[in-house]
Amino acid sequence: MMDPRESRGRRLGVTYAAPMGLWLTLFFLVPLLIIVMYSFLKKGLYGGVEWEFTLSAYQQMFNPNFMRVLLRTLWVAFISTVITIFLALPCGYAMARSKHQTLWLGMVIIPFWTNSLIRVYAWIAILSSEGFLNEALKAIGLIKESLPLIYNQGAVVTVLIYMYIPFAILPLFTTIDKFDFGLLEAARDLGATKPQAILKVLIPNIRSGIITAVIFTFIPIFGAYAVPLLVGGKDSYMIGNIIVDQVTKTRNWPLASAFSLIITLLSTLGVVWMMTASARESARSKTAPQVVDANGGVV
Amino acid sequence: MKGFDVTVKDVSRAYGAFKALDNVSIEIKKGEFFSLLGPSGCGKTTLLRIIAGFDSPDVGSVLLDGRNIIPLPPDKRQVNTVFQNYALFPHLSVYENVAFPLRLKHIPETKLDTKVRDYLHLVQLDAHLDKKPSMLSGGQKQRVAIARALINEPNVLLLDEPLSALDAKLRQNLLVELDHLHDQIGITFIYVTHDQSEALSVSDRIAVMNQGVVLQVGSPYEIYESPATDFVARFIGETNLFPAVVTKCEAYDKYFMTTLEIPELQAEIKVTDYDELKQGQQVSFTVRPEKLKITGHKPSRVGKDINLFSGVVEEPIYSGFQTKYYVRLDNGTVVKVQMQHTNYMDEGPDIEWKDQVYVSWSAEDGYIVEVIDK
Ligand SMILES: Nc1ncnc2c1ncn2[C@@H]1O[C@H](COP(=O)(O)OP(=O)(O)OP(=O)(O)O)[C@@H](O)[C@H]1O
Ligand SMILES: [Mg+2]
Repeated sequence: MMDPRESRGRRLGVTYAAPMGLWLTLFFLVPLLIIVMYSFLKKGLYGGVEWEFTLSAYQQMFNPNFMRVLLRTLWVAFISTVITIFLALPCGYAMARSKHQTLWLGMVIIPFWTNSLIRVYAWIAILSSEGFLNEALKAIGLIKESLPLIYNQGAVVTVLIYMYIPFAILPLFTTIDKFDFGLLEAARDLGATKPQAILKVLIPNIRSGIITAVIFTFIPIFGAYAVPLLVGGKDSYMIGNIIVDQVTKTRNWPLASAFSLIITLLSTLGVVWMMTASARESARSKTAPQVVDANGGVV
Repeated sequence: MKGFDVTVKDVSRAYGAFKALDNVSIEIKKGEFFSLLGPSGCGKTTLLRIIAGFDSPDVGSVLLDGRNIIPLPPDKRQVNTVFQNYALFPHLSVYENVAFPLRLKHIPETKLDTKVRDYLHLVQLDAHLDKKPSMLSGGQKQRVAIARALINEPNVLLLDEPLSALDAKLRQNLLVELDHLHDQIGITFIYVTHDQSEALSVSDRIAVMNQGVVLQVGSPYEIYESPATDFVARFIGETNLFPAVVTKCEAYDKYFMTTLEIPELQAEIKVTDYDELKQGQQVSFTVRPEKLKITGHKPSRVGKDINLFSGVVEEPIYSGFQTKYYVRLDNGTVVKVQMQHTNYMDEGPDIEWKDQVYVSWSAEDGYIVEVIDK
């Protein structure tokens, strides 16, 4: 017999979860199913779809041009994420140790009050050939000719990092803030140099924050389209741009759906892989001494 | 004796206008079990952190075997610390926590394994190698911290209130273990505590601190029996303490028999002292509760050196092996008296609440503290 209190608790739990479930179904699951469905349908002449099953969207996708864009997108997302994390780590650390945490948090959050497109345009004003940066460098006599700072891969990566670094700083800051800095002193006391203490004690203890930061930056960058469109060159096209083109210009909705599905799938796989990797890692560090036990034969 | 001697020389450390350490000088001998004792916030941890290298003094120096270590970073000092909150690495097993210092030095695996097992055996943790710190009890965590601090074979071990988070019984056991460990390895231990009974029971010498100042350095016996200041007298154990004025001081045997006028008791009492005091000098007088004798009847013979008062038992507090009495003397002052129950046959009739009693002590059991204006 089930404890009546328990069954009541369960019913209550379902009640509480209902709004969330409804929300997810309406705005996540249903659209996702529509995308899956569309990707297997025939392209309509003026956009939309015709109700006829076909794999043609997937066949079109395996086109060397599209594959190049896919690989480039992966590469840009990877390199931007890595740099973002490397920059965000010391920021999060400094913020967590600072006496003025609220001030720094405000500074990280304030840019969100401005529309992201406007911020991208600000970057155009900074990087363009007559932009602030080139003019400033010319004014101090470092360069004579404008440098090609914009409409290339470098500009895309720079602006992407700028756009998504707050999403990395915030989770890193919260985990580092919870970290016991006394552990770093303990490590120093036991003979670790400063970098060793950071690497062997801080990093393993804030792993969950790092994983969150990676997920929060990698996934949106993977689907980015405004930034490559506005500050990228001809060779900066990313999957996001292809999808927009397929929807608005070429009017190939099934192909757009197929690409969207690929993004979702790759991101999900990435997240799952990272989560299991971290679970494996912690399992391994737990069993490591047991291996030694087997060799040593003690205990 | 192994280990290094540690000399703290004129060390001061201020946080803003607040002086956490004020001109502290201590000399700790090789292999000594030395305790820093003082109330919360008196600067014990600050001093320990300066010795370990996590903080540096505004002025002054710390010498390890004669060498100034202030310029050295913590990882270059042959000093290891057992932290107040243990500071075990939560992501590593017990085994890996203890192996941590050796892994930094790239000790070969087989040698490392033997050594880690030896040290975990030393602290009796053989059965818990694979556990994460979060799975350990307080006492076990504390032992991991000790093994980890010792495995580098430091010359000085700093212990910051390592037992304060444990319950009283376990604290006693671990204290004894710690003492054994000290005898076994023989290096210098600097032990921080705010618990006077802990300090008294294991230390070779104790420094009593208050508000950033070292008040007295001495053996547990010296600290207890001849406190240097009012504060030390009150902080170490319980005591009866009164301001007094010297009325007479004359040679007596090897000492001086001093007569003190104590306004609070409205009486003169006698006390022996090594120093000759001048008439009219302001001092404090202290006598420990266990030195007072309490009887239901007036003692038949009262020697020249016995101080005798009568009063009423205000509050008897029985705690098994002893009873503490608060006795209100005839003039209204309350004194604390402690009676050990060794053997009920010798004790005579029970002394109870509201009983008329006599309180007495010998001149040799009282003590003059803090001789103001010498
Ligand atoms: N970083 C700091 N900034 C300001 N004041 C500090 C700082 N660290 C310590 N203090 C002050 O210095 C004094 C001594 O602190 P310390 O930690 O040495 O005390 P303690 O004797 O170890 O006390 P406890 O027994 O409670 O551990 C305290 O009054 C404390 O408030
Ligand atoms: Mg402390």
